[in-house]
Amino acid sequence: MNHNHMDTVGFSYDFIWILLCALLIALYFMAARISNRQYRSWPLSRYFFWTFGVASAAAAVGGPLANLALTDFKAHMAGHLLLGMLAPLLLALAAPMTLLLRTLSLRSSRRLSRLLKSRPLRILSDPVTATLLNIGGLYILYTTDLFLRMHESLTLHIFIHIHVFLAGYLFTISIIYIDPSSHRTSYRYRAVVCILALAAHGILAKYIYSHPPAGVPLIQAETGAKLMYYGGDLIEIVFITIFCFQWYKATRPRKSVQMNKVTIDAESP
Amino acid sequence: MDSALIPSYSRRNLGSGFLFGLGLVGFIDETVFHQLLHWHHFYDKSTSDIGLVSDGFFHAFSWFATIGALFMFADLRRRNALMPTRWWGGVLLGGGIFQLYDGTIQHKLMRLHQIRYVDNVIAYDIVWNVTAIAMILAGIVLILQSRKYPSKRDLQHES
Repeated sequence: MNHNHMDTVGFSYDFIWILLCALLIALYFMAARISNRQYRSWPLSRYFFWTFGVASAAAAVGGPLANLALTDFKAHMAGHLLLGMLAPLLLALAAPMTLLLRTLSLRSSRRLSRLLKSRPLRILSDPVTATLLNIGGLYILYTTDLFLRMHESLTLHIFIHIHVFLAGYLFTISIIYIDPSSHRTSYRYRAVVCILALAAHGILAKYIYSHPPAGVPLIQAETGAKLMYYGGDLIEIVFITIFCFQWYKATRPRKSVQMNKVTIDAESP
Repeated sequence: MDSALIPSYSRRNLGSGFLFGLGLVGFIDETVFHQLLHWHHFYDKSTSDIGLVSDGFFHAFSWFATIGALFMFADLRRRNALMPTRWWGGVLLGGGIFQLYDGTIQHKLMRLHQIRYVDNVIAYDIVWNVTAIAMILAGIVLILQSRKYPSKRDLQHES
């Protein structure tokens, strides 16, 4: 593999990423501060979600882990979990679109929400489309020679990392609704698509275990695949719990049933 | 409580138990047999393609089933509609069916992996599948009982 492009631009490459991440965190904090003047105080937990989300994405694209990932498949897979699964989940929990909508002027935020309601975005944010982009992209990356070519071209390298992140984020927000979503689909539909997506993720992990991507030694493929499988499980558990908790909150019994229950309890000996 | 709602709650008790049982057996399989005992292997070279797909699907499904079933359980509780006997019957039925599927189709037909990599694996297979059948039968008995003789708690909620 040829990593020369990384060595020569290593410093500036990392520097740009750090600067960009610091900027993203600063913008989020500023937006929250500004909109706090007009609306109720932005929850503290969301600042943490945003900061850790940006940090875990940053760890995957720059710094020691990202450098190690160029030669070590296990490190690459750790980066993949951070960039494609953990960062999207944390960032989604930070509700950036809600923040943006309440920070912008009324006119711009109306324009933005009109854009979010548009047909192309509805198709894009459907769980099935999001799954195809997310998991389908991974199948193409690891089962063709794209993985090898990614290490030979900086442009391709950056493009693939951006895709992994964006597709992961799109998938997350297509299943878990934190920000207001104008194209809601049923819990059942999302549950089915989610199970299929997670299954496809596990199947790909076991496939990589026995069929290493081009240029990856078998032993690295085996440890990397196990990390993908079990590391993925760990994030999936959190993901599914949030999803089910949202269902639990949404289906809470109506008041009348509650009152009924009280009368039954009062009548029973 | 509106008695018209009862049949649907009765189904939901069974469904929640069934999903939880399925997920629980999947969870035990993963933690005890894969991670603690190291009897099961992560990957067996003789696995068929369909075996790989079946394993991936059930692995993802069992996580979802476990967590989802517990939230369904909590939902039934807050509605005062929990039927413990029926729920446990569902657990045994779901767990038993998944264990039997795992022990016959996944281990033997799709050759996903064996229970343990030893000479007399047939003994392990017999214990595994007999346990599964026993769980299924016990589950059916509990489910039928909960219909015929609702427990005191069940009765109280159904009245």
